[in-house]
Amino acid sequence: MNKSGQMGLGAVIAATVRRELLLAFRSPGDVINPVMFFIIAVTLFPLGGGTDSAFLGSIASGVIWVTALLAIMFSMDSLFRADFEDGSLEQLLMSPQPLYFLLLAKVFSHWLVACLPIIILAPVFATMLAMPEAGILPLVLGLIVGTPILCLLGAIGMALTVGLSRSGLLLAVLILPLYIPVLVFGTGMVEAAQGSLPYTGLLALLGAMLVLAICLSPLAIGAALRISVN
Amino acid sequence: MLEVKDLYCERDDRVLFEHLSFTLSAGQVLQLQGSNGSGKTTLLRILCGLNQDFSGNILWQGQAMSAVAAEFRDQIFFLGHAPAINKTLSPTENLRWFCASRGVNQISGIPAALAEFGLKGYEDVPCYMMSAGQQRRVSLARMKLLQTGLWILDEPFTALDRKGVKELETDLARYVSSGGSLLLTTHHPLELDCPVDVIDLDQRALEKAVS
Repeated sequence: MNKSGQMGLGAVIAATVRRELLLAFRSPGDVINPVMFFIIAVTLFPLGGGTDSAFLGSIASGVIWVTALLAIMFSMDSLFRADFEDGSLEQLLMSPQPLYFLLLAKVFSHWLVACLPIIILAPVFATMLAMPEAGILPLVLGLIVGTPILCLLGAIGMALTVGLSRSGLLLAVLILPLYIPVLVFGTGMVEAAQGSLPYTGLLALLGAMLVLAICLSPLAIGAALRISVN
Repeated sequence: MLEVKDLYCERDDRVLFEHLSFTLSAGQVLQLQGSNGSGKTTLLRILCGLNQDFSGNILWQGQAMSAVAAEFRDQIFFLGHAPAINKTLSPTENLRWFCASRGVNQISGIPAALAEFGLKGYEDVPCYMMSAGQQRRVSLARMKLLQTGLWILDEPFTALDRKGVKELETDLARYVSSGGSLLLTTHHPLELDCPVDVIDLDQRALEKAVS
């Protein structure tokens, strides 16, 4: 038998992130789909809702947040599906390494792949929708803090429904109620900034939610996955 | 090492096994037999902690499994029905992550492990381009990378060619003679150079029906 050295937790996390990014790179469809959905949905709004820039500017933050939220929700399906089907999930659950950090690494990679492009595109589309300039910074800050929460919560729902063949609607019913506070605070930040009010309080609330989600949701994801592979 | 006491499991209102007790010690081979649907895979998954729908006690090194779950996971290698191989990744990439997920720094050992299973030259070919038997071999190569005291193998011979079966049998015998414990299911007549204990789940069901 071979002599084997131990691997530190940091290396384990890095290897997991590396694998997930490699998988995303190999099957770019999973990466492009949510971003394309975001782009298409946002560009359709001016076509369907009129080109009055005052009107568009007033709904811009809502449009961007809602489409980003839906794009992230649709993207969740790829998080555990392949691993569930090929048995890698069983190996993951049987790993002697702390499941908490392995799952956090998976969700973080998913955020990098599915959410980061949306965050980068958001200011461009906000300008296109004639959003007042004061709202753009809080929009981006809100997305940076808010989208990881959406990923973590979505991963709980996905972990619960990964064993079902058609989980789309059930996933939506399960996690949309949990998404609402993030949406309310996120769009609230933009509105406050446009009314020349401070928005740091709302940002701090989102930040608190993110900390809570990072601390607790991997535990829920792990428990849900154990139920799903049962 | 592994001690199972009075295990009971039912599935869909059907009792798969009850009062099932056995022990598995170092250097012992235990083969589960039974017809399709007799509960072999379920039993293996229960022992691995993947299935919680049972009653009874499972002890590892004399302690309840739930109390020593982390140590136990560190000491077993499980090969399930599904190969646990991502088809878009190459064998090397698959094994790299497998090693990382087990916390084992064994990257240098991967080419040798693959070569031992006849996959020299396939190290960087995406797994979807390989045959089912070759994917099985990638899956099996993982056991060369770990130093675990217990192998739980569910139908390890599936999809292997005759030569592959022979080689795997030699490997298993060598592992057992070096002190490893082996628990496996297979429909293939085992030819190991060591004594094999058998639990027949069908036989148990029959005895129950008679009594």
